[in-house]
Amino acid sequence: MNAPVDPAVLADPHRQPATAAPDPAARAARQAQVVAALRGVLPSHALLHHREDTVPYECDGLTAYRALPLAVALPETEAQVAAVLKACHAIGVPVVARGAGTGLSGGAMPHDMGLVLSLAKFNKIVKLDPFSRTAVVQCGVRNLAISEAAAPHGLYYAPDPSSQIACTIGGNVAENSGGVHCLKYGLTVHNVLRVRGFTAEGEPVEFGSEALDAAGLDLLAVVIGSEGMLAVTTEVTVKLTPKPQLARCIMASFGDIRDAGNAVAAVIAAGIIPAGLEMMDKPMTAAVEDFVHAGYDLDAAAILLCESDGTPEEVEEEIGRMLAVLEGCGATRLQVSETEAQRLKFWSGRKNAFPASGRISPDYMCMDSTIPRKRLADILIAIAEMEKKYDLRCCNVFHAGDGNLHPLILFDANDPDQLHRCELFGADILETSVALGGTVTGEHGVGVEKLSSMCVQFSPAEREQMFGVKRAFDAAGTLNPGKVIPTLHRCAEYGRMHVKKGLLPFPELERF
Amino acid sequence: MADVALDSLIDRVRAARADKTPLAITGGGTKAFYGGPVRGTPLDVRPLAGISSYEPSELVVTVRAGTPLATLEAALAEQGQCLPFEPPRFGAASTVGGMVAAGLAGPARAAVGGVRDYVLGATLLNGKAEILSFGGQVMKNVAGYDVSRLLAGSLGVLGVLCEVSLKVLPVPVASATLRFELDQAAALKQLNTWGGQPLPVNASAWWDGMLVLRLSGAAAAVQSARRRLGGEPVDDALAAGFWQGLRDQTDEFFIGAHKAVEAGATLWRLSVPQTAPALALPGEQLLEWGGGQRWVVTTAAAATLREAATRVGGHASAFRGGAADDAFAPLAAPLLRIHQGLKDAFDPDRIFNPGRLYPGL
Repeated sequence: MNAPVDPAVLADPHRQPATAAPDPAARAARQAQVVAALRGVLPSHALLHHREDTVPYECDGLTAYRALPLAVALPETEAQVAAVLKACHAIGVPVVARGAGTGLSGGAMPHDMGLVLSLAKFNKIVKLDPFSRTAVVQCGVRNLAISEAAAPHGLYYAPDPSSQIACTIGGNVAENSGGVHCLKYGLTVHNVLRVRGFTAEGEPVEFGSEALDAAGLDLLAVVIGSEGMLAVTTEVTVKLTPKPQLARCIMASFGDIRDAGNAVAAVIAAGIIPAGLEMMDKPMTAAVEDFVHAGYDLDAAAILLCESDGTPEEVEEEIGRMLAVLEGCGATRLQVSETEAQRLKFWSGRKNAFPASGRISPDYMCMDSTIPRKRLADILIAIAEMEKKYDLRCCNVFHAGDGNLHPLILFDANDPDQLHRCELFGADILETSVALGGTVTGEHGVGVEKLSSMCVQFSPAEREQMFGVKRAFDAAGTLNPGKVIPTLHRCAEYGRMHVKKGLLPFPELERF
Repeated sequence: MADVALDSLIDRVRAARADKTPLAITGGGTKAFYGGPVRGTPLDVRPLAGISSYEPSELVVTVRAGTPLATLEAALAEQGQCLPFEPPRFGAASTVGGMVAAGLAGPARAAVGGVRDYVLGATLLNGKAEILSFGGQVMKNVAGYDVSRLLAGSLGVLGVLCEVSLKVLPVPVASATLRFELDQAAALKQLNTWGGQPLPVNASAWWDGMLVLRLSGAAAAVQSARRRLGGEPVDDALAAGFWQGLRDQTDEFFIGAHKAVEAGATLWRLSVPQTAPALALPGEQLLEWGGGQRWVVTTAAAATLREAATRVGGHASAFRGGAADDAFAPLAAPLLRIHQGLKDAFDPDRIFNPGRLYPGL
């Protein structure tokens, strides 16, 4: 039962989860040890370790990657969180914090020799102060719940990821989530003042403050978007924004994808920062129209949604300027929302792009790279080529204003060859994005999904520097080990595989 | 980025590392007064100059650290764009690297964000003489830790900034400045009330019984807010001069403050929640950022200022004058440990700007 286990081996911070199945006997012994240690600090109902109880935690929104944790802890108080972390740190057990599990990169995928720390019970709004336009919320509060609570005061929380009905603020902090309005209103990092949480050792810590800055290095900026690798967040102070009096949306059709891409750049070049600027290609439009029946133009090669918000006078002025630019860029059809209901209808398809894709294909994989806006048409044309190369369909939705792409590759996971081709297709999109001057992830995070693509974007020295950041916060590598930064070994393996298959896109382009 | 200026910096860092001699990273030297005493052999980054790329429709500029801030601002102005956070210029020699390393923002900070909110990417020369790039030239990027934003306000203790990519924005179409005669408590109440309404408030300043407010944005929005808020309109040219003086600390309050500092007082910067009440402190106060930044000129002890700021949830920095090794508020134990860990990771031999941010860092 109590077989000696070498924690240094089992909790190797660089070991990728589930790459090699651990020895069942050693795993069982380790599980018994972890459960015994946590029983001392958690009530029995807050600790799960039977397979049937832990299976629901085996993946997050990225269901293609799964691992069963040794146990799941569901603490109810900060003191319990601290105690769980202390206990895990003492015996070298990896800890993977989890909110609603809506993440799309496997950031909350369990470690097969670790603990899942579910923070679902931290779901209270601690304080909402309209005078200071801030809310102090526990990490498990849903993104949309903050805006709903703030609405009676004419305020809202600006970042609005598509999963906002379900995703939690703690997860938003981990991923630095964006949304359709972040060109004008910023990302999570621009809308969070303070994060309270615990270090890997279980010590309470606060990053940022309720003032606009804090003493010393801006650790808040690096904790936001760190994917649960640096600290465990339990409480967040967010900024609330006054709700604009009015929002109106233009729906513009384009007969050519290149015209649509150019229109995006032209709107920005005209000195306009739209509240939202989104693009859908023809296959995506067809899929969402079939789902929401919003009256989208099915003949258009691409549709742009371009939103203006502010005072009624301001919106009228801006809509006029936007229409002129879009028309000048060759829009074939222009419609402006006349009512709030119509505006929401315009958005309904865009907001339902993922479920709509789920209806037309058994599975889909959502990519998340960002490119300079001016390369939008180039990447769309490259993706069209890839559809032929990998013999898979792809629908495209973009946060065009930010250059953030969400190609949805359609496949059937029951066919191993399709899954394999889908992975190659995805990696190809990411690497092409890097080659075009972009990044492998705009808002979904690296998690486990994009580890290999990180090898393409960062040099060994840059990755080693990131490991240094990790060690500064979590010297033992307890928190979410194996995610975000690929090891030298993994990148070497990836490089070999790649060259062999000759899949490197744009071989003529320099890669740093 | 392979070139003579950069190669020479790399060689200097390599040599400093070999014989463990500290380097004091410098640009225009306009902020040498800020932070702890500068120790070490000067490492001038000004040879590393020039705008590497600027595409107005991408809203991104990539610029080398030694480039004069004035050069960058002129290039942006030509395209009708700007750095919305209005970094202070304490002299014509201010550089872009110094702006990012100091992390200081001007009057519009509360409305538009600070330096770190506009940093999209950075190239860093670390203490192992490695050239590293983080972030990029795109608005949304969560690949790896956001090291580039961490560099904003780091005062050079993690490495030499070589190049930064910054988000830029169009210059607002319209602006207007209004004045209101109000005492400090009433001004704070008014500012926070307006803050909760969809108004184009872009900057505020309160000093000596007068609140000055800048509106900026679309012409229609500025017009309607002006009608709604009342107050006394300030002539555009006069207003522009006022905000510039505030930004560069050349206006009346700061001229007085600089004189007082020469006579032994300290100019403190208190960063506090905007709703913090009027702070009863000896000396003169000027408030910015909707109440979030409070300048205090005083001869009172550091502990008095630090306590007053901490009590309301903020922190106090000795901005000009004050004790040499005590410019910034002390850190809680876990934060200090993380700072030390980051220093070890970026600059293991502790050659960059030792003591500039905190003693021993």
